[in-house]
Amino acid sequence: MRMPMSGLSLVPRGSPSRLWTWASPLLALLLTVTCGMLLFSLLGRSPWQAVSMFFVEPLSTRRGVAEVLLKATPLALAAVGLALAFRANVWNIGAEGQLIAGSIAAAAVALAGAGSGGWVVALAIAAAACGGMAWASITAWLRDRFNANEILVSLMLVYVAQLLLSYVVHGPMRDPAGFGFPQSPMFDRAARLPLLLDGTRLHVGFLLALAAAAAAWLLLARSVIGFQLRVAGLAPRAARYAGFSSRRVLWTVLLVSGALAGIGGGAEVTGPMGQLTPSVSPGYGFAAIIVAFVGRLHPVGVVAASILMALFYIGGELSQSRLGLPSSLTGVYQGLLLLFLLGADTLIVNRVRLRATPA
Amino acid sequence: MTATPRLSLREITKRYPGVIANDGVSLEVAAGEIHAILGENGAGKSTLVKIIAGAVAADAGAIEFDGRPVVGADPAVARTLGVAMVYQHFSLFDSLTVGENIALGLDRRLGRRELAEAIRSAGERYGMQIDPTAHVHDLSMGERQRVEIVRALLAQPKLLILDEPTSVLTPQATEALFATLRQLSSEGVSVLFISHKLDEIRRLASRCTVMRAGRVVAVVDPRGESEQSLARLMIGGQPPQIAAHDTAPGQPRLAVDGLPLSEGGEPLSFEVRAGEIVGIAGISGNGQNALMALLAGERSARAESIRIDGRPIGTLGPRQRRALGLRYVPEERIGHGAVPELSLAENALLTIDRLQQRGFVQPAAAAAYAREVVHHFDVRCPGTQARAGSLSGGNLQKYLVGREVLAEPAVLLVNQPTWGVDVGAAAAIRNSLIALRARGCAILVVSEEIDELFELADRLMVMAGGRLSPAVAAHRLPADELGMWMAGRWPRAEQ
Repeated sequence: MRMPMSGLSLVPRGSPSRLWTWASPLLALLLTVTCGMLLFSLLGRSPWQAVSMFFVEPLSTRRGVAEVLLKATPLALAAVGLALAFRANVWNIGAEGQLIAGSIAAAAVALAGAGSGGWVVALAIAAAACGGMAWASITAWLRDRFNANEILVSLMLVYVAQLLLSYVVHGPMRDPAGFGFPQSPMFDRAARLPLLLDGTRLHVGFLLALAAAAAAWLLLARSVIGFQLRVAGLAPRAARYAGFSSRRVLWTVLLVSGALAGIGGGAEVTGPMGQLTPSVSPGYGFAAIIVAFVGRLHPVGVVAASILMALFYIGGELSQSRLGLPSSLTGVYQGLLLLFLLGADTLIVNRVRLRATPA
Repeated sequence: MTATPRLSLREITKRYPGVIANDGVSLEVAAGEIHAILGENGAGKSTLVKIIAGAVAADAGAIEFDGRPVVGADPAVARTLGVAMVYQHFSLFDSLTVGENIALGLDRRLGRRELAEAIRSAGERYGMQIDPTAHVHDLSMGERQRVEIVRALLAQPKLLILDEPTSVLTPQATEALFATLRQLSSEGVSVLFISHKLDEIRRLASRCTVMRAGRVVAVVDPRGESEQSLARLMIGGQPPQIAAHDTAPGQPRLAVDGLPLSEGGEPLSFEVRAGEIVGIAGISGNGQNALMALLAGERSARAESIRIDGRPIGTLGPRQRRALGLRYVPEERIGHGAVPELSLAENALLTIDRLQQRGFVQPAAAAAYAREVVHHFDVRCPGTQARAGSLSGGNLQKYLVGREVLAEPAVLLVNQPTWGVDVGAAAAIRNSLIALRARGCAILVVSEEIDELFELADRLMVMAGGRLSPAVAAHRLPADELGMWMAGRWPRAEQ
């Protein structure tokens, strides 16, 4: 692994660096911000506006902070589940589909329970978990029964879920009084998640995300199944030697990550949206993959990374509304962050050394 | 020694956090010399040869090759100079074929057919036949080693470094390898040979550098030394003696009856009795791993084909078999017997089932168990939170054997108990198996080291081509006849 460029070379470390495991996302963030500033100056804006739009403005008001945490909620829920799956070497790429399935299930319960008490929302969230689980179980079953590649299956099922969503909002769930728009009626007050902060849109779904992260941490650090999934991910033969069931691990992580993504979708429709629309998710399920890796597949790191990713979403929106820049900046920032993270991660197992110009 | 040495090291020092792996090591190898480096695990041999091969950079010191200084550490530069290395831990890609692996290691490009021809002719010339189209993941450890050696030879080296090369070879194959090395030496190739097998060093090498704790403690002519004197130099005292055994075996504890290794394979039958060690000799890749996987429960079999204390267990998984007292130490330490990224304490959780309660792991109990193993089996490590992968081969093996022995199994399966392990650790491991036998355990040992089997086993079987020879009392089987059996030629009448 030699880079002839500028006399720098990468030398493998004896063992992975603990420092760089956590310093690498920070370096990636720094590079992303630098690139973002460069991008802003190329677009004819002050580079400091980039910092301001993405990191200062969103956090300078109570309402702004609430919006960031609101956006972080579905990201954190989906990413905590993905972190578990990725730890076990189960590559669930379809959190987006599971999130959509969860939102459809939650909407169905919310609409069916119209006029009932406040328990409807709890039922809707439970239904969302089941919806996400059911969607993920298709992947689990095909992998278990036919050894079908879970990356492809879960990814393809995203598009199926999107079409299913499109069907229900155009057909069975369409609001009869909605002038033909493809969206469901607004849910009852009782079918909406309670708010956490008055005057903001932040709802109890955020607490669910924190609870999910705490539970995932406990699962990984202390539970037998958590230990089994770590071993299955690190050394499959050792897992077989110990007699851990690879099927049990596969089903557990897919059902848990499906349920969490589903809750993320359910919390969106019963939270800020209040109805089912074709645009339930601006790609939360895919962004959650980046969140999981930036968070080092660690539940606490995932929560922090989801807040960072939420800043990108909101910064993109602000850049559009305040400065007239395209909101696709969000996607650019996400992509840059992942790219730089993958690059910086080589420092975990390698060190950089200055070398005399190779002969 | 007036000519310029092929390789000259002066005051090489290499520090790792917490240890000095090499402390002012100097070494000279002449052209055509066979030079041995002898030392216990952790003595710094592997680090030293990695520095020579350019895989690791020294902190201080100078390297000269053919009189010219070598600057910086770069495996590619070392290869151009003519250094070829056969590592102890294999550096092969499992998913590629033998030919592809060899092609990757060569700096010149060869066509597929040319390469296959080169591999075949090198294999023939040096008695190391390998099929270039075989996939590495299908090969045994012994076969993988052959691939490594052939790959090194194809680079036409001036200095060939071998790290523990004979540990997986039969006596005949070892002889063939030695003949090859002598032939290379007469052609002017220098050979640096790392070993802790004293008899081999005495037979092969004309000079021997003895290392202890990172330093050179002696440079001797091994032909003028006895095994005892070499061992004393290496460990700085008397080697631990193997305890004698005189126990009478009891009831059969492990009974195998009509167990084929694969669909339609020849059914195998044998038993291991309480207080008995049964050895399975044979070149690796003859079905030993399949047999161990079946016995340990990693693969399932017909229920009645395997019994523990009379109870059929063929369909049970590893954990259920452990509950009945059957335990297993696999051949590969890293990734099979242990998860290298996890700590010693966490690795105790793999097979010590009582460290899990009501769905939760018990970290304190796991650390206590690991401490117990470290203490009783003299595992040298910074603590039970050390990553398993950070331990030297011998120390990790002591830990893994200790983990299973401390659980007092009724039946213990051990695959290659001392593969790549130094004399001191090997004696400790064998002693612990002998002590376990005295406590009534039935032990099945698979090994390629004949001496080890003669030392340990009460009865011996030989595995060849997926078949098992009849079991005979170890002292009734002379070593030369064993060679014939290992080629699959045992008297059929006894079956």
